[in-house]
Amino acid sequence: MKTAVIVYPGSNCDRDAAMAIERVTGTAPAMIWHGESALPDDLDFIMVPGGFSYGDYLRSGAIAGRSPITADLVKRAEAGTPILGVCNGFQILTETGLLPGTLMRNSGLRFICDRVKLTVESADTAFTRGYERGQELIIPVAHHDGNFFADDETLDRIEGEGQVVFRYVDNPNGSARNIAGVTNAKGNVLGMMPHPERAVDLTHGGTDGLALFESILGKVTA
Amino acid sequence: MTEPAQNRYADGIDEQIVLDHVTAQEYEIILKELGRAPNLVELGIFSVMWSEHCSYKSSRLHLAKFPTTGERVIYGPGENAGVVDIGDGQAAVFKMESHNHPSFIEPYQGAATGVGGILRDVFTMGARPIALMNALRFGDPSHPKTRQLVSGVSAGIGGYGNCVGVPTVGGETNFDKGYNQNILVNAMAVGLADSDKIFTAAAREPGFPVLYVGAKTGRDGIHGATMASAEFGEGSEEKRPTVQVGDPFTEKKLIEACLELMAEDAISSIQDMGAAGLTSSSVEMASSGGLGIELDLDHVPQREANMSAYEMMLSESQERMLIIVKPGREHVAERIFHKWDLDVAVIGQTAEHGRLVLRHKGEVVCDLPLDPIGENAPKYDRPSYPAEARASIKAKDLRAPDDLGKVLLQLMGSPDMASKKWIWSQYDRHVMADTAASSESPCDAAIVRIHGTDKALAITTDCTPRYCLADPFEGGKQAVAEAWRNLTAAGADPIAITDCLNFGNPERPEIMGQFVGCVEGMAEACRALSFPVVSGNVSLYNETEGRAIPPTPAVGAVGLIPDIAQRAGYGCMEAGDVVLVIGDTAGALGASLYLRLFENREDGAPPPVDLAVEKRNGDFVRGQIRAGRLKAVHDLSDGGLAGAAADMALASRCGIKFAHTGKTPAFAWYFGEDQARYLIACTAEAAEQIRAEAKSAGVPVQIAGLAGGPEISVNGAHAVSLDALREAHEGWMPRMMAGEPDAVAAE
Repeated sequence: MKTAVIVYPGSNCDRDAAMAIERVTGTAPAMIWHGESALPDDLDFIMVPGGFSYGDYLRSGAIAGRSPITADLVKRAEAGTPILGVCNGFQILTETGLLPGTLMRNSGLRFICDRVKLTVESADTAFTRGYERGQELIIPVAHHDGNFFADDETLDRIEGEGQVVFRYVDNPNGSARNIAGVTNAKGNVLGMMPHPERAVDLTHGGTDGLALFESILGKVTA
Repeated sequence: MTEPAQNRYADGIDEQIVLDHVTAQEYEIILKELGRAPNLVELGIFSVMWSEHCSYKSSRLHLAKFPTTGERVIYGPGENAGVVDIGDGQAAVFKMESHNHPSFIEPYQGAATGVGGILRDVFTMGARPIALMNALRFGDPSHPKTRQLVSGVSAGIGGYGNCVGVPTVGGETNFDKGYNQNILVNAMAVGLADSDKIFTAAAREPGFPVLYVGAKTGRDGIHGATMASAEFGEGSEEKRPTVQVGDPFTEKKLIEACLELMAEDAISSIQDMGAAGLTSSSVEMASSGGLGIELDLDHVPQREANMSAYEMMLSESQERMLIIVKPGREHVAERIFHKWDLDVAVIGQTAEHGRLVLRHKGEVVCDLPLDPIGENAPKYDRPSYPAEARASIKAKDLRAPDDLGKVLLQLMGSPDMASKKWIWSQYDRHVMADTAASSESPCDAAIVRIHGTDKALAITTDCTPRYCLADPFEGGKQAVAEAWRNLTAAGADPIAITDCLNFGNPERPEIMGQFVGCVEGMAEACRALSFPVVSGNVSLYNETEGRAIPPTPAVGAVGLIPDIAQRAGYGCMEAGDVVLVIGDTAGALGASLYLRLFENREDGAPPPVDLAVEKRNGDFVRGQIRAGRLKAVHDLSDGGLAGAAADMALASRCGIKFAHTGKTPAFAWYFGEDQARYLIACTAEAAEQIRAEAKSAGVPVQIAGLAGGPEISVNGAHAVSLDALREAHEGWMPRMMAGEPDAVAAE
């Protein structure tokens, strides 16, 4: 497996992402600095990690969405490379237009760090085939801008197309229709606010995130 | 007799300007040391360097009483942070610092920059920060400012720590009317370094280039150190411009850039620009190396136009560092800092001459010998009165409550005992993916795994200000002992402490008495427990219009868990387990929470701390944890046995049936705050082994009850359901922050 993690100035979950990938593949991913113009060839998986790229200035993910490396990221997405964006990575992917909707300030207005319960809405994606539909997972969240919003038409469409992959059981941030994670229409790009990379090791208090990495990194073939 | 005015004052300076900077007596010392009158830039430099905040002029004599060495200590006080050996060539680097005055004036930025400053102290030494902690004290929940301060401070701590990507794993929060006008915001950072790659501040060679890196210098925070060295009075809100403004994004880049540069062979020495900014960093680097330093201020990256030399030297703009590089290696630093979009500029060089020489616009604007500024700063032996001893309180003189369960319910919903989830849910506790226990966990300490190993650090902050007020010496001992006990209850070997000594105006002998008493008590406990002080900070003048805060010597402590699988907590008690108390219970109610809540009294002597017993009992408990016999373990502190039992029962979702026997009245046994005790739960079989081993170790053990059921009861009565306890414990703070009258009137 050839994998990469993109590092923007202000990314702070890049090491955690790399650890989760390496735990599953046995090989460390390439860490790609935002200023590079191209990602390595033949990548099997790209992760856009969480953090505060560019300090969340202007708007979470807005500047990273226009960073030099991001142009190549969009090309890879269009070519079908699996891409996972977590937290700030999700915000960045919505800024690029690869994913529908946007992430607004939490409805409670405060930053929230908690372990939340999610349901798996679709086990038919490359990211979730290691789970069962309806399965409940406990995954940590940590964000200030996690309130997923899209217009009703878009929400109807993504629900109808099976693009809603995770929902919150107890909505922590006001997200429309309790949406915690969505894919693009093709299903090769997943964005989610909860941090699966923080739930891959018993020391984390749970390993519910591990199957996501195992799914996308080819360890689950179901 | 009097000298002519023109010799006493440099051009443009008069007596009033002098007194705005230093005392009349200090000005005489300056005149004598220099043999001439200082100009405004020089006066500004003396003013910040001789401020209480930078010079420790009132406290230095007493800080020397702390034990600061030990077999694990690599660097003790005197560096940016303490450094201790944690085996395998690794070191833990940590320090705690106050940001009290700025946080009261501007809570968000004050708290945020407190976090930024303490992080810089740690990564300056070559360590990657791996954990943040905080110790917060606010005023009465009903005080009109309290909610705004709680809200701003917690948002500021979270806003900074979350963005830099260092988990905020724990801390403590108290509410007391004694902090109405002076809140305390103490932040602690812990970092991890290779023990042979520690960086220090002392300049090593003359003629080495001095680099300025990080953010640009602006006009913020000018005279912040001086502001933090005075009491508040009328108009303290007008001091807002002295509060710095933080940018955690720049800090994150600065951390990464500095660690990247540290991996290259380029740095000779490095120092962050904290209080008193460019002044204190350049003076400290040069004077600790016995050298001089020359800076050309025209090269300082500036955020604003037309900044004067005075403003540049006194600015406390954040996220800046001073680095002395090896000659010819400047380009390595330039490459790395440019990659991270940070300013980097050669602004001067070290020199042989032992002076601070500043040039601005082609002129020498300052030329001072370094010794009087730093090493020879005034040192005061301020008069002190010891606190008056208080009578101890006897349980038999108090009325016994009818229903211990009702009392426990009220206790768990009181400001001191209630859950602070409202605060810590705003802190990212999991980033870096090595957090094993944090504020959310049923554990007496935060636990952070050493990345890539099975070792972990246990971290705690502790202080019981009401004990320190009642008896500074015993209170000082207790703060250290409780920290040691918390680390022990988490399964760690306690290593060392940092401290943040928060007191009122040291010019008042009774306040100085509190300070001396607490320091001496802490020192005694540190010696007895082999728990040296490796770093720390003093914050005085936490006082408004003559009213001082309760003495608050906050202790931040670090211990090592050799195998993370052997960490302990109090969330795994099961029905059928035997519940035991390790240590003697005499029913100490002086200065207890019980007395405060139910007798509305804050008097009495605090529980005495027998350090030999503390050590014996703690070593015994740690041994039992490592022998794998304990399912749950919790230290006994605020709220005594009942408080600890409620925590354990709520976390384990399992009640306890207590049986009380003996001569101590039940309420004193239940709520007494005797020290050196632990509550443990284990199988009946393990309980027998523990009792046998305790007997031979001379450790008192009492079988206190049996786990099971949906409630906590005593002798089949006094029951309180876990559901009611949970609602009281978790409900108070959200209601308080929403301004609900019953919650804000709780204190």
